[in-house]
Amino acid sequence: MRGLQVSLNQTQKIRLQRSLEKLESLSSKTNRNASVTVADTIPVNYEDGVLKGHGTSELDGEVVATLCGVVERVNKLVYVRALRARYKPEIGDIIVGRVIEVAPKRWRLEINFSQDAVLMLSSMNLPDGIQRRRTALDELNMRSIFEENDVICAEVRGFQHDGSLHLQARSQKYGKLERGQLLTVPPYLVKRRKLHFHHIEQYGIDLILGCNGFIWVGEHVGAKDDMVVDQSSKSEQEDVKSTTYPTSLEEQERTYTPLETRQNICRTANAVRVLSTLGFKGEAEQRSLKKKKG
Amino acid sequence: MEFVSPEGLRLDGRRPMEMRQIRAEIGAVSRADGSAVFEMGNTKVIAAVYGPREVQNRSQQINDQALVRCEYSMANFSTGDRMRKPKGDSPARCPMFLEASTTIPTILGREGDFKAINRDISGHSPDHGSMHIDAPNASFSGTRSACINAATLALADAGIPMRDLVTSCSAGYLNSTALLDLNYVEDSAGGPDVTVGILPKSDKVTLLQMDAKLPMDTFENVMQLAIEGCKAVATYIREVLLENTKQLEYRRGV
Repeated sequence: MRGLQVSLNQTQKIRLQRSLEKLESLSSKTNRNASVTVADTIPVNYEDGVLKGHGTSELDGEVVATLCGVVERVNKLVYVRALRARYKPEIGDIIVGRVIEVAPKRWRLEINFSQDAVLMLSSMNLPDGIQRRRTALDELNMRSIFEENDVICAEVRGFQHDGSLHLQARSQKYGKLERGQLLTVPPYLVKRRKLHFHHIEQYGIDLILGCNGFIWVGEHVGAKDDMVVDQSSKSEQEDVKSTTYPTSLEEQERTYTPLETRQNICRTANAVRVLSTLGFKGEAEQRSLKKKKG
Repeated sequence: MEFVSPEGLRLDGRRPMEMRQIRAEIGAVSRADGSAVFEMGNTKVIAAVYGPREVQNRSQQINDQALVRCEYSMANFSTGDRMRKPKGDSPARCPMFLEASTTIPTILGREGDFKAINRDISGHSPDHGSMHIDAPNASFSGTRSACINAATLALADAGIPMRDLVTSCSAGYLNSTALLDLNYVEDSAGGPDVTVGILPKSDKVTLLQMDAKLPMDTFENVMQLAIEGCKAVATYIREVLLENTKQLEYRRGV
């Protein structure tokens, strides 16, 4: 098992074993021979005419898999869906990334992909909210919006000519993420759903499941209004040392995440880590259930 | 010294045509995109693959190709005499390093593979990716073969498209018998040692190395033996990969 070594007591081991067996029996009913490894021949009806998709290649007139994975067929298209590969982006995906470079008129983000993603200055809302042309002054003030090592939530807008991603963060729900933790999870565990932003009311935390396997667990941030400023709290991230200290004393009084919320954030994050180590797919309901069990 | 007893048993009790026990495990290095541990007898190799990802050094970026970087190192305690600082770190000094670092990329990075890599990773032609293969190992004999097998497993685990698996095995000729899969003692005996790397599905040879000399007909026998050993390794590797895929798939759920 890769990742954390999860120490389970006897009952937990038995329960895990039984649930794994159940999953195995379920899946073997649905797709028996769909798994292939590299250089396995894919059984195909040649008369129909076949479109060879990702993960396949032609060898001596046979369709051969180049990846280890599961064969999927859609009409005439045959492709191999790899597990455990790097993130495969699609337009409209919601991703969470970390800024690694501030370049002229753009930010470069690290997402779990073969290249860095690019967030253009023009694809980002300005702090004063007005829609206007970006001037040279805006360019110079880019650092005040996002700096290196900031965590950002954005949406995939498209691909550039060299294959790297173009992102946009124009809506209110995208943007800088603060007061929480970033977790890495294998991307194949995060399925594309309608809803990637989850707000768990019970514990007052926000859960953002990025399609690239980066998951953000943080304190709930209400509508980004100036009215709700008194909700703001001091960031307490487990892995990253907090570098921003509020300047005045009054701010310091207000900016304290309640201990309860911080504990909840940590608990949820650990639940996510354990689930991903065991290989289970991430879905918000599953995790809240797991968290209740403690 | 007698390497094959009159009854036909070697020093460790194997028959001339028997391989050592192989064991493979996928996913040993949690931080890597793909990793594998491969054991052939006492030789244990860990391979880790990082990538595809952005090229670290912009000047090395080639527009329509992928860069495969291969690092090979040996642990201090892994050779016959314990070395304080492994000499294998600088390519100029250790010939083993040179061989391994050239054979592994040439095997895995053949033209067909690069094209497959480009096509599948980027979707459009230019790809600025690079891959990093680390293979630190823990013993001396048969390291080349074990490294290659471990690297194949790690690449398959990382989800890098490959035309075929690459497996490798070594064979030698001592006491007028062809021996499959030499261990440390037999290797250091100074007899000929043939290492073969093949693509099992397409039956193509990608690596063929030999130290010392052999007459042609004996060489053919020895090479044939090594190729059969490779095929056996390939069957095992395929089983391991299939099992791993099935497990990942059903854990993921419907």
